[in-house]
Amino acid sequence: MKLTVQDLNSHYGPAHILFDIGFEVGEGEVVALLGRNGAGKSTTFRSIVGLVAQRSGRIMFEGKDVSAKPTHEIVREGLGYVPEERRIFTDLTVEENLEVGRQPKRPNAPHWTREKLFALFPNLGEMKNRPGGRMSGGEQQMLTIARTLMGNPSLVLLDEPSEGLSPKIVEQMVDAILTMKKEGVSIVVSEQNLHFARLISDRAYIIERGRICFGGTMAELDARPDIRDAHLSL
Amino acid sequence: MAFYVVQFLTGLASAASLFLVASGLSIIFGVTRIVNFAHGAFYMIGAYVAFTLTERLSGAFGFWGSIVLAALAVALIGVIVEMVLLRRIYHAPELFQLLATFGLTLMVEDLVVLIWGPDDLVGRRAPGFKGAIDFFGQNIPSYDLFLIVLGPVVLGILWLLFQRTRWGVLVRAATQDRDMVAALGVNQKWLFTSVFAVGVFLAALGGALQIPRDAVHHAMDLRIIVEVFVVVVIGGLGSIVGAFVAAVLVSELNAFGILIFPKISIILVFLVMAVVLIVRPWGLFGKPEAAARKTPGLTVNPWRPLTSNERLASLAALAIAATLPLFAGNYALTVGSEIAIFVIFAVSLHFLMSVGGLASFGHAAYFGLGAYGIAFLAKMAGLPMIVCLLLGPLLGCLGAAVFGFFAVQLSGVYFAMLTLAFAQIVWSIAFQWVNVTGGDNGILGLWPSSWAASPSHFYWLALGVAALVTIALRAMVFSPFGYALRATRDSVLRSEAIGINAKRIQWTAFVIAGTTAGIGGALFAYLKGSVFPDNLGISLSVDALVMVLLGGVETVSGAVIGAIVYKALNIWLVSQTDLSKLVLGGFIMLIVVVFPKGIVGMLEMLAQRRRKSSPPGSPLLAKPIESAE
Repeated sequence: MKLTVQDLNSHYGPAHILFDIGFEVGEGEVVALLGRNGAGKSTTFRSIVGLVAQRSGRIMFEGKDVSAKPTHEIVREGLGYVPEERRIFTDLTVEENLEVGRQPKRPNAPHWTREKLFALFPNLGEMKNRPGGRMSGGEQQMLTIARTLMGNPSLVLLDEPSEGLSPKIVEQMVDAILTMKKEGVSIVVSEQNLHFARLISDRAYIIERGRICFGGTMAELDARPDIRDAHLSL
Repeated sequence: MAFYVVQFLTGLASAASLFLVASGLSIIFGVTRIVNFAHGAFYMIGAYVAFTLTERLSGAFGFWGSIVLAALAVALIGVIVEMVLLRRIYHAPELFQLLATFGLTLMVEDLVVLIWGPDDLVGRRAPGFKGAIDFFGQNIPSYDLFLIVLGPVVLGILWLLFQRTRWGVLVRAATQDRDMVAALGVNQKWLFTSVFAVGVFLAALGGALQIPRDAVHHAMDLRIIVEVFVVVVIGGLGSIVGAFVAAVLVSELNAFGILIFPKISIILVFLVMAVVLIVRPWGLFGKPEAAARKTPGLTVNPWRPLTSNERLASLAALAIAATLPLFAGNYALTVGSEIAIFVIFAVSLHFLMSVGGLASFGHAAYFGLGAYGIAFLAKMAGLPMIVCLLLGPLLGCLGAAVFGFFAVQLSGVYFAMLTLAFAQIVWSIAFQWVNVTGGDNGILGLWPSSWAASPSHFYWLALGVAALVTIALRAMVFSPFGYALRATRDSVLRSEAIGINAKRIQWTAFVIAGTTAGIGGALFAYLKGSVFPDNLGISLSVDALVMVLLGGVETVSGAVIGAIVYKALNIWLVSQTDLSKLVLGGFIMLIVVVFPKGIVGMLEMLAQRRRKSSPPGSPLLAKPIESAE
């Protein structure tokens, strides 16, 4: 297994957010984490990379327990994280944003260069010197993914990559994610949008009120309209 | 004409050191969000170390080598400080950070005297820059010309460092979002340490470069830090270009202010700062802050009024305190009166800081204004004590009304700096307007009327007023006004959304706190029989902050305990040792690092833990709550 999460519990202050979350991601797999607003998708990702201080449980990445490590060490193991809010450095240019994400080559992960990323996201190549603050939402979403890929991760946590984007940009995003998969990057993608998830994912987990309540292939999910309706539709 | 040109060049030369120190402070703040009060201390150590090295190493290389070596050595000290002290408090409220670094400053002031002695040291002149250049009959020291060139050169080097190196890009990224930088695999710890080292290096270099111009002495830290605060606030915290422009502006204001308004040269700079802050609260080249961080931490336990048992206990404590004159001597009574007065002072700051969320770094201004109010009324108008006591604090009220109006427009660090600046303005007026205030000599001979003249009577008076003030402010915390004030503290936006006029509420709180501090100052004037500019100085403002912090920011009654413990300890310390600043500074750092919740906060925590462990219920049920804390 590429990533195994077991018994993950997280708190914000006195509030208990995640309850015994557990899921697995295989080598080269794209796994969707589905759930409504506030179900705990982002907190799950933030907990995995160590950005939530109060958490317990086991997080095995490539056979190593990383749950006690600080954020930057987890990321340096090859576990990339793309936050939902994008968190572009608005004062820095596109190239400088990429520079912040740059990490050395890793033997078991695809190696990304600026040129390769500009080929993946052609829009970015046209605005190398533009400050991040003066980009559209879709461009920022591409930049935040490209920035994480500069770290040559072998697995990426993608938090709601389709949120707030126009249908045209969403299509580009699907292509980009499929390219990443083809290059050999394992991906966990959190989504509210089932159609988007269906286009890219091999398997899916459903999270509801901080608990995992379904896990299976996309076909298995389609065979259970009851679960889908109970936890995903509005 | 030539004279003015020379004056202008002198100003530019002074700007060099100021820029070095200010840019260091700005860089450190940008990334770590810590306003490093100890920056002046590093500047001072830089000067002392450079003095020693230039005395030992000879020749041209010896001098310049010594300057660089001194800056490097001090940067190394900075690294140690960052790793041992600052790493523990990066997530603490900004007030704690300011106080911890202030504690460090106090320690350094004593250490420097221990190592280099109390006398001014005159350093060697720079080889190759010993002479002066004649400019239409006016002399310009050639070293000044060197400094004038150095400023822009350093600015250029810093610009290249931040724009053209990976380190610079990382620092700029971390200035905006340090968690995201960590989430991209960058080790924040070392980034912070390296940034702190660079900042301290610049400060120490600024100090080392001063030795051919100025004598080295042990008070140069506070003088520069106040100026540097002004520079970074005018230029914009975090902006290096801003630091440069503001350093030049401030130095020129100083150079020409002395010619044009010799009486108010200091004030001129502060007035410009106040104007800049009101027009552009984030400084000329700064950027508006996102949401300011909450000052008083997270108040998890909601406040409640005292239970009847606790009320009885407080009354009993007051009654016991009132029996002091029955068995204590005059000295103990004077100390008791002073402590009671400082309870008033601390309680007033606590009201502003903990209830209102506005951490003032210049609260002594209103204490001192109350004291001067008494001095004016008693000495000039010749009014009796009871009338003076009623009217004197109104001067504090007036000052708070004027300054508070501007101050509450800002929040967080900027609020702290603006209150500090206002306090310095008041201090400068008291210090420089000799005809009215007596300047440094103060106003003497203020004695209480006969009914309050004996130490025991005065003690009872101070104790009574302190009790009344404490009760009144406590009642206000649990009044509708108090609820509204706490609402603005917890979220300005939300409180405004439910119809609270946040600025007016905060302004009112500022005036109440200022007036109360003025009452304390009024009593203090009678206790000491005199008024001095020190009664409005920075160190008194910081004393008040430490008292509130020591008691516990998040508690309602902490300020009282904090004032009693701190003042008693302070008076005892001064009587016991010459190194009181060293001990006090270490003590402040200890509270911030080890007991961030203060004495009362700690007692409450212990009491809670006992309550929790007493019922032998299911430990499994209690566990999630425990881990949530």
